[in-house]
Amino acid sequence: MSNPATRFSLPDEKGHFGPYGGMFVPETLMTALYELRDFYEAVKEEPSFKAELAHHLKEFAGRPTNLYYAERLTEYLGGAKIYLKREDLLHTGAHKINNALGQVILAKRMGKTRVIAETGAGQHGVAAATACARFGLKCVVYMGTEDMRRQELNVFRMRLCGAEVRGVDAGQKTLKDAINEAMRDWVTNVQDTHYVLGSALGTHPYPMIVRDFQKIIGEEVRRQIMEKEGRLPDVMAACVGGGSNAIGFLWDFLDEPNMRLVGVEAGGRGIESGEHAARFFGGKLGVLQGCKSYVLQNPDGQISLTHSVSAGLDYASIGPEHAYYRDAGRIEYAYATDDEVLSAFKTMSELEGIIPALESTHVIAWALKEAPKMGKDKLLCLNLSGRGDKDVQEVMRVTGYKGL
Amino acid sequence: MDRIAHQFAHPGNGHKACFVAYICAGDPDYETSVKVCRTLVEGGIDVLEIGVPFSDPLADGLTNQLAAQRALEAGANQDAVFNLVREVRKISEIPIIFYTYYNLVYSQGVDAYVKRAKEAGVDGILTLDLPPEEAGEMLEACSRYDVKTVFIVAPTTPPERIELIAGVTSGFIYYVSRLGVTGERASLADDIAQSVTEIKKHANCPVVVGFGISTAAHVAEVAQAADGVVVGSALVNCIARNLDDKSKIISDLAAKTAELTSGLQ
Repeated sequence: MSNPATRFSLPDEKGHFGPYGGMFVPETLMTALYELRDFYEAVKEEPSFKAELAHHLKEFAGRPTNLYYAERLTEYLGGAKIYLKREDLLHTGAHKINNALGQVILAKRMGKTRVIAETGAGQHGVAAATACARFGLKCVVYMGTEDMRRQELNVFRMRLCGAEVRGVDAGQKTLKDAINEAMRDWVTNVQDTHYVLGSALGTHPYPMIVRDFQKIIGEEVRRQIMEKEGRLPDVMAACVGGGSNAIGFLWDFLDEPNMRLVGVEAGGRGIESGEHAARFFGGKLGVLQGCKSYVLQNPDGQISLTHSVSAGLDYASIGPEHAYYRDAGRIEYAYATDDEVLSAFKTMSELEGIIPALESTHVIAWALKEAPKMGKDKLLCLNLSGRGDKDVQEVMRVTGYKGL
Repeated sequence: MDRIAHQFAHPGNGHKACFVAYICAGDPDYETSVKVCRTLVEGGIDVLEIGVPFSDPLADGLTNQLAAQRALEAGANQDAVFNLVREVRKISEIPIIFYTYYNLVYSQGVDAYVKRAKEAGVDGILTLDLPPEEAGEMLEACSRYDVKTVFIVAPTTPPERIELIAGVTSGFIYYVSRLGVTGERASLADDIAQSVTEIKKHANCPVVVGFGISTAAHVAEVAQAADGVVVGSALVNCIARNLDDKSKIISDLAAKTAELTSGLQ
């Protein structure tokens, strides 16, 4: 299934990645989704669009990001040579800006005057608010009130950029509920509004569009690792919430037969506890928010409550392309628990002077266990998808560190 | 017997069009919900649309979201929803339509779910997040067990899509008269008659109109253009505003039903 032709032919024209993906939305949105798909398909190859996006990725967002040799982490673990893809150094602090810029430029070209977005950790909301400020579009961000509490700093950043942040009190008050509310807004205002979805999930064409705007991460890694090491990595790993940083990081390497590709989910308080967001370890096939994929749910089909210390991974479903490559055996999936993540957060900060986002810390936690098992001649690339400034208050709260 | 076709051909109580009443199963609790359905049936509604409570009802406005939340918190599950249908079937032959979300169907196995619905006495299923493009398995099962399909047409649906939708609809088309989610509104969209006429150019099945209909005047106006009038939030609110005294739910609902159906005389 991982033959070279397939990754370019997925998804099909109705958004299917094998049995996953699709368009499971109310009728009101179908026409807008087809319009978006057709507009995007036409514009994405246009030289003027590509040039405008490339310009802003470089000058506004700060691409390319470094591929950084984590020397002390490598020495400490005594195994594979570890490189970090520094998406945390981007403007607004995470990979989310890649997609937000792409979609806001798309919205502007479609003639939409209003942009809505959902956000979990707030990084996508901040990226969308920032891009909208840059292009003069009105921006409304939906955010669960529990996430607003956990990510107060990001709420302020969005408001500072002129966005309206609407708290969502329904359900679990996290990312899933924010997406429901954003969909409701879009159903109501579809004629003048573009919905900037922040992850590689939801209805077609979003998993495709978001992946396309994120795959620059992996394309840069390929060039950079060839410059630094003269060969491709042996292993690459990224955290997976909806899955946009991971698919963007890994996509360019799916056809490399000898590379091990890994996605790390949020193990929360452990799989046995039921309080986690590890869809491949407790979910079953289902349909949530527009897309068929693995979903954490009860036997009746009601969506389960999820838990993760990181708001950005706290979601009951996973992007359909991940489900496809999991079945194909091309990407393997693991998870890291909250405790492992909090410990890795400190280790990483102490050893490298880099404070990672709690989401990205999941892949660091995984590497702390796995890198020592790899030979010193192996190359391991980790996607450091975001920076942890937004998380320090929450880490202080949950650990009682009180400034360490 | 095709209860749906029969009812649209002969609405009860001298109604000019069918009165389609929406209520969320299990809201605010199972016992009251049975009484709610009985009150609606005795109040002379023509079609009962039973909302199956879902944790993530993204097409619904706040009124219906809260109803689903109340039902789930009171312990509503799939078994209870089917039991409710059986209770209604004991007293009435009016068409019963499920208004649901696809994960509730898919998680049970589509074929098994539709079979179970048929056996309980369900006549049709409207799955809000299942456009015709994704409905293959559902259409097969509905055809196998003779459960009718209900699909939505929106103001944004172009003529060629209306044709696609009509082609897979065996029950009726539900025209949502406004963009947006469910909920009461002060005024109706002004182009309803024109829209229904356009739909009827492409579809032979009955067309009902819903979303935002909350007064007898709305009902009367819509009944001139459509085969059926759907009222949801206005009824659900009879439950929502009487949660501290459940006995009032029934009297309030009976009065509201009488008031709204008067628009069909």
